[in-house]
Amino acid sequence: MSKARSSVARTGLVHLALGAYTLLALFPIFLVLVNSFKTRAGIFSAPLQLPNAKTFSLIGYETVLKQGDFLGYFQNSLIVTVASIFLVLLFGAMAAFALSEYRFRGNTMMALYLALGIMIPIRLGTVAILQGMVATGLVNTLTALILVYTAQGLPLAVFILSEFMRQVSDDLKNAGRVDGLSEYTIFFRLVLPLVRPAMATVAVFTMIPIWNDLWFPLILAPGEKTKTVTLGAQMFIGQYVTNWNAVLSTLSLAILPVLILYFIFSRQLIRGITAGAVK
Amino acid sequence: MTTLDTPEPDIVAKRPVRWHIAVFLLPAVLVYTAVMIIPLFDTLRLSLFRVVDGQSVFVGLDNFRTVFGDPLWSASFWNALRNNILFFLIHMVVQNPIGIALAALLSLPVLRFRGFYRTAIFLPTILSFVIVGFVWKLILSPIWGVAPFLLDIVGMKAFFAPWLGRPGSALITVSLVSVWQNIGIPMMLIYAALLSIPDEVLEAAECDGVTGWSQFFKIKLPLILPTIGIVSILTFVGNFNAFDLIYTMQGAIAGPNYSTDILGTLLYRTFFGFQLQLGDPNMGAAIATAMFFIILAGVCLYLFVIQRRIRRYQF
Repeated sequence: MSKARSSVARTGLVHLALGAYTLLALFPIFLVLVNSFKTRAGIFSAPLQLPNAKTFSLIGYETVLKQGDFLGYFQNSLIVTVASIFLVLLFGAMAAFALSEYRFRGNTMMALYLALGIMIPIRLGTVAILQGMVATGLVNTLTALILVYTAQGLPLAVFILSEFMRQVSDDLKNAGRVDGLSEYTIFFRLVLPLVRPAMATVAVFTMIPIWNDLWFPLILAPGEKTKTVTLGAQMFIGQYVTNWNAVLSTLSLAILPVLILYFIFSRQLIRGITAGAVK
Repeated sequence: MTTLDTPEPDIVAKRPVRWHIAVFLLPAVLVYTAVMIIPLFDTLRLSLFRVVDGQSVFVGLDNFRTVFGDPLWSASFWNALRNNILFFLIHMVVQNPIGIALAALLSLPVLRFRGFYRTAIFLPTILSFVIVGFVWKLILSPIWGVAPFLLDIVGMKAFFAPWLGRPGSALITVSLVSVWQNIGIPMMLIYAALLSIPDEVLEAAECDGVTGWSQFFKIKLPLILPTIGIVSILTFVGNFNAFDLIYTMQGAIAGPNYSTDILGTLLYRTFFGFQLQLGDPNMGAAIATAMFFIILAGVCLYLFVIQRRIRRYQF
């Protein structure tokens, strides 16, 4: 009897701890989203209340959409992120296939060379990257960002994908070779479809730091036409510090797409992180 | 690309040069080398040069002498390094233990709402530093008054101060905001490690009467030490090239009075210049090089000392 009661109490404490932390994690985001739909008076007089008939207002969103070119920023972020992910996955999978499928002199060295970038951040080369982009005329283009993010994402992608490609059955590939398929066909037709779950994991891992990066957009592409959402929001908020409606709405606009994507892909993401752990 | 050919003598005769290996490797190696490796080494090289009368001149280690020794430079460099170390230590003592605790709770058997907790607690980690920085800046702002209001509920209103505006507390506050955001990474990695402990091990422990707290400290914790090592090195590398959050919350001058200046913000100011200070690529390269060696030292320490001492268990 007492044992059962203590176990109920223990479960209660566990839920209390996890619930309290969940509240801490969600509350700031909730607060911003809720207050972005209020009038200025509503924001200050009752920050914790949901908007009601008297305090509801979209004035913040109107300011943002009128003043800032957020659609353009979204488009830039989308182009950069999608193009980088595509290149990381394509080039990364090709290199991973070469490293995991064939034995050749220098294989291990090549794998180590590509793995260097997992630990050494690309940011440390910024001075020379900027000089290189100036020399090639790529400053203030999305191409510059795509190149940098592709290089940034490749090391981890090659590492993860070659782990998975080792698990693809040799019999299947050899059967393809017997049927006269070229190595390229074997890679694109047989192997790639089989490692699709791993590709999805790598895509999610690659996407988050690219979408959220402030450093490279700030340095390589700060022009109005090439601003990403992160940089756009940063600069816009800097200009409108005192306009709380605009600031809160900008933050909400920057949060919402990430939030939606997260709720769609969170299972995939979490499964990716805990991959191999599931018994 | 003859190096790509397999050297095994008995089959070398019948095997032609396998061009497809080069084709598979080429795009990745090309982009990676051209955009990452060459600029990285070029930055190290640039740190040995200085522009004198419009000409780039080789000056050996002079730039480093300036960064470490010249009173105009060294004060800000050592200040940034000190702050960066404190920034890292706060992550190690706050983020990682809380992350481990949350992972331990989440991995308890028969826990309801597990998926919900997991998703919710990981959410801040996927947001950008810019969003997180501004959100907390608003919440902690004395103008809005949300923070004092919340503290009032728990009877601690007197404790409130404009933390971000005071040199004594700004760095700690920013570090804690960073902890709030990044806690999902240790939590998830350790959660995965805890899940991979075989049931037989835990059942054996239970048969021997080792349960609850002592089970966690005596059985589970030693088994997840390698993961804690990985989490620590990830935290180290992440903290020593951090920039975005401080830039967003405290600006490029990392105020008040440089009290939140870390190596990333110092690099940005040195390289690009800020307000009255002119940008200097060579000095920027010198600071980037210093950061490179700090990170390299940390990674080597982990790979060659810590990782080898940690006992690993194979199941």
